[in-house]
Amino acid sequence: MKGIFDSLRKTRNAVFGQIIGILGGGEITAESWEELEALLIQGDVGVHTALLLVERLREAVREEGLYQTADLQRLLRKEIGALFPEQTDPLNLDWPLAVILIVGVNGSGKTTSIAKLALRLKKQGRKVILAAGDTFRAAAIEQLSIWGERVGVPVVQGEPGGDPGAVVYDAIQIAKSRGMDTLIIDTAGRLHTQHNLMEEMKKIRHIVSKRVAWGPHETLLVLDATTGQNGLSQAKHFLAAVDVSGIVLAKLDGSAKGGMVLSISAQLELPIRFVGTGERKEDFAPFDKDAFIQGLLGEE
Amino acid sequence: MFESLSEKLQNVFEQLGKHGVLREEDVKQVLREIRLALLEADVNYKVVKEFTSRVREQAVGKEVTQALNPAQQVVKIVHQELVETLGAPGRLSLTGTAPYVLMLVGLQGSGKTTTVAKLALQLRKQGHFPLMVAADTYRPAAIKQLEVLGRQLDIPVYSEHGRELDPPAICVRGVEQANSRGADVVILDTAGRLQIDTQMMQELETIRERTQPVEVLLVADAMTGQEAVSIATGFHEQVGLTGLILTKIDGDARGGAAISMRSVTGVPIKFLGTGEKTNALELFHPERMASRILGMGDVLSLIELAEESFDLEETARMEKRLRKGKFDLEDFLKQLRQVRKMGSIGELLNMVPGMKRALRGVSIDEAQTEKQLKRVEAIILSMTPEERRNPSVLNGSRRLRIAQGSGTEVQEINQLISQYRQMKKMVKNLNKGKMGRGLSLPKFF
Ligand SMILES: Nc1nc2c(ncn2[C@@H]2O[C@H](COP(=O)(O)OP(=O)(O)OP(=O)(O)O)[C@@H](O)[C@H]2O)c(=O)[nH]1
Ligand SMILES: Nc1nc2c(ncn2[C@@H]2O[C@H](COP(=O)(O)OP(=O)(O)OP(=O)(O)O)[C@@H](O)[C@H]2O)c(=O)[nH]1
Ligand SMILES: [Mg+2]
Ligand SMILES: [Mg+2]
Repeated sequence: MKGIFDSLRKTRNAVFGQIIGILGGGEITAESWEELEALLIQGDVGVHTALLLVERLREAVREEGLYQTADLQRLLRKEIGALFPEQTDPLNLDWPLAVILIVGVNGSGKTTSIAKLALRLKKQGRKVILAAGDTFRAAAIEQLSIWGERVGVPVVQGEPGGDPGAVVYDAIQIAKSRGMDTLIIDTAGRLHTQHNLMEEMKKIRHIVSKRVAWGPHETLLVLDATTGQNGLSQAKHFLAAVDVSGIVLAKLDGSAKGGMVLSISAQLELPIRFVGTGERKEDFAPFDKDAFIQGLLGEE
Repeated sequence: MFESLSEKLQNVFEQLGKHGVLREEDVKQVLREIRLALLEADVNYKVVKEFTSRVREQAVGKEVTQALNPAQQVVKIVHQELVETLGAPGRLSLTGTAPYVLMLVGLQGSGKTTTVAKLALQLRKQGHFPLMVAADTYRPAAIKQLEVLGRQLDIPVYSEHGRELDPPAICVRGVEQANSRGADVVILDTAGRLQIDTQMMQELETIRERTQPVEVLLVADAMTGQEAVSIATGFHEQVGLTGLILTKIDGDARGGAAISMRSVTGVPIKFLGTGEKTNALELFHPERMASRILGMGDVLSLIELAEESFDLEETARMEKRLRKGKFDLEDFLKQLRQVRKMGSIGELLNMVPGMKRALRGVSIDEAQTEKQLKRVEAIILSMTPEERRNPSVLNGSRRLRIAQGSGTEVQEINQLISQYRQMKKMVKNLNKGKMGRGLSLPKFF
C-alpha cells in the first residue's frame, strides 16, 4: 500500500494543502463548512454524497458540542469510513477452476489490470490462464498476449473480429485440461449505454455459468479513477447486466482522487477490491480504506 | 433530468408568485438548482462558482418577458452563458507549409490512438494525404494498434520496429518521411501520460519543439470528473494546446469536463468522439453540449422556436397538461398543427430529448410526413369532442364511422390510436424523470 500512498502524496495538489490548513486548526466557522464541501466535491465524491456528509458532520458537531476544526477531520474520516463495509470477504476463488470476468467501459484499464491481477494471483501460488475476450479493438489480443508473456501466464487467443464467446468457451476447455485453477477473462471495453454490447457481455457470462459451476465467481468492474459522476451510472448498469461483484479502481496514481467510489460503495454495496497505481505490472494493491481516505482528504 | 430541473425551477417560481422583474432572491434560488445540476454534470467546483456568479449578475433585475416564465428565462440565460463559455467550435488550422503536423496528447486510455485514425480518415475524405506516426513505444501493442487501424483504412503508418528510437526521434523521422510518401498531413500518436509526470511531459515538449506541429490537441474522456481542470491546465502549461477533443461522448456522461477544460485553457473544442468506429468523429456544437450539460436535450432551441411561433398562452396550457400527464387527442391535434407551423419535422423531432436516440437511423421523408399529417388531422377532425378527449371509447363501430368520415382506413385509425398511446406513455416517462435527492439543505450559496 505504500506505493499508492506515495503516489497519492506525490500528486496532492496545493488546493488540498490549503484546505487542510483551514481545517487543520482553529475554530469551526461558516467557511470551514464551505471548504469541507469544496474538498469533497473536488475529490469527485459527488454533490449529493458531499452534502450528506457535511450534514452528518454538522449534526455530530452540534450534538457533541465541538468547535475545533481539528475535530472535523477526525469526524470526516469516520463518516467516510462508514460508507465502506467494515470488512470484506476475500475474493471468491476457492473453486477447482475459479473464473474472474473483467468488464468496464472503454480504456478504463481492464487489460492492464488483468495482467497485474494475474501476477498477483500467480505469486500466491495459483495457476492462472487468461482469455483474450476482446476480439474487437485493434491489437487488443496482442496487447494481452504481451502482458501474458511479461507476467508469465498463458493466454488463450481467438481471431481478431471473432466471437468472444467462442474464445471463452475454448479457454474454459483449455484451463480444465491443463489443470489451471484460475481463468481471467478480458472483455472489450463498452459503454454501458450500448445495448447490443451489454447483451454480448451477458452472453459471455452465460457461457461461463453453463460450463463452470457457480461461475463466474468474481465479476470485477474496472473504473478509471479520473471518472466523475458517470462512475455510478457505469456501476449500476454493469451490475444490472452481469452482476458485478467488485470494483478495481485503476489510474489512482493520477491527480484524481476517485471519490465516486464512495457512492458506489454506499449505494450499491460493492466492495472496492484493488487499486491500480501505475502502468507497470507491480503497480497494483488491494484497496486500503484508510489510505484511500487520506488520499482523498489530501493528508500526509 | 431536464424535467426535474425545469420542474424544480417551476416550483421555485410558483412559490414566489409572479413578479415583473427577476429579483435577487428568485435568481438565488434558481441558481442553487443550476449549481447542483452543473456539479452533477462534473463541471469543476471552481468553474461552477465563477459561472453562477456571472449568471447572477446578468439575471438580476432583468425584465421578465411575456414569452417565457421566469424559470424558463433564467434557464435561457444560463444556457446562453454556457454556450458562451463553451465557445465557438474550432476547426483544424492547416496553414503554413506542408506537411502539417498534428500532435495528439492526453491521459492513458483517453482515446488518442483511435482519434488519430478518425482524424486521418476525415482528412483523407477532404482530399488530404495523411500519414500516421506510431510514437507510443511504451504501451504493449500500441504500435500494432495503429498499424491495424492504418491497414483497415488503407492509410500509411510510420513506425519503428528494428531500431530503438525514442518517441521524439520517431516523430521527427515520421515528419521527414512525409514528403517521400506524398503525405501533406502527419498525425502523431503519442503515449498516454499523466500531466503530473514531469519526465513524460518533457518528452512531449521535445516532440513539439522538434516537429513544430500546427495543432497540439488534447484528447480527453467525456466522463472525466473534477480533475478535468488540472489535466487541461497541466497539458496546456507544459506543452501548449491548440484544441480539445472530447471522446466517448456516445455514453451518458453529461460532459461537464468540456466546460471545465475550455474555461481554464481558453482553447477551442474541435471535435467530439462519438463511438469506437473510425468514422465516429463529429464537429462540436456548443448549443447541444450546453443542453447536454444541463441535462435538457435541445429543449432550449425548442423554447426559442416556441417563443417565435407558438401561441404563448396555449403553450403554457399545454405544458401544464403534459406535466399532469393529461394529454388527449385534442392536444395531439393542436400539437400537430403548431409543430407544422414551426418547421421541418425531422429538425423538430431531433430537439426533443430522447427522440434523437429513438429515431436513430430513421430517415424522415418530409413530403410523405406532410401527407400523413393531413390524414391524421382528418381522422381527428372526424371524431366527436368526447372521442377526442377520451379515446378509450373508440370501439370498432366508432372507428368505422370515423374512417368513412375522414376517407381513411380503420387500420390507420388503429395506428393513430396506438401512436397516441405511445406518445402519452413517453410524456409520462418524461415527467417521471425525477432525481430523487433525499436531501434538502439549509445553506448552499
Ligand atoms: N497511470 C496509470 N495508467 C494505467 C493504469 N492502468 C492502466 N493504465 C493505462 O491506461 C491505458 C488503457 O489501459 P488498458 O488496460 O488498455 O485499458 P482497457 O480497459 O483494457 O481498454 P480497452 O480494452 O480499449 O477498453 C493504457 O495506456 C494503460 O497503460 C494505472 O493504474 N495507472
Ligand atoms: N465509445 C467510444 N469509445 C472510444 C471512443 N474513442 C476511443 N474509444 C475507445 O476507448 C478505448 C481507448 O482508446 P485508445 O485510442 O486506445 O486510447 P489511447 O488514448 O490511445 O490509449 P493509450 O495509448 O493507452 O493512452 C478503446 O477501446 C477505444 O475503442 C469514442 O469516442 N467512443
Ligand atoms: Mg483492453
Ligand atoms: Mg494509444
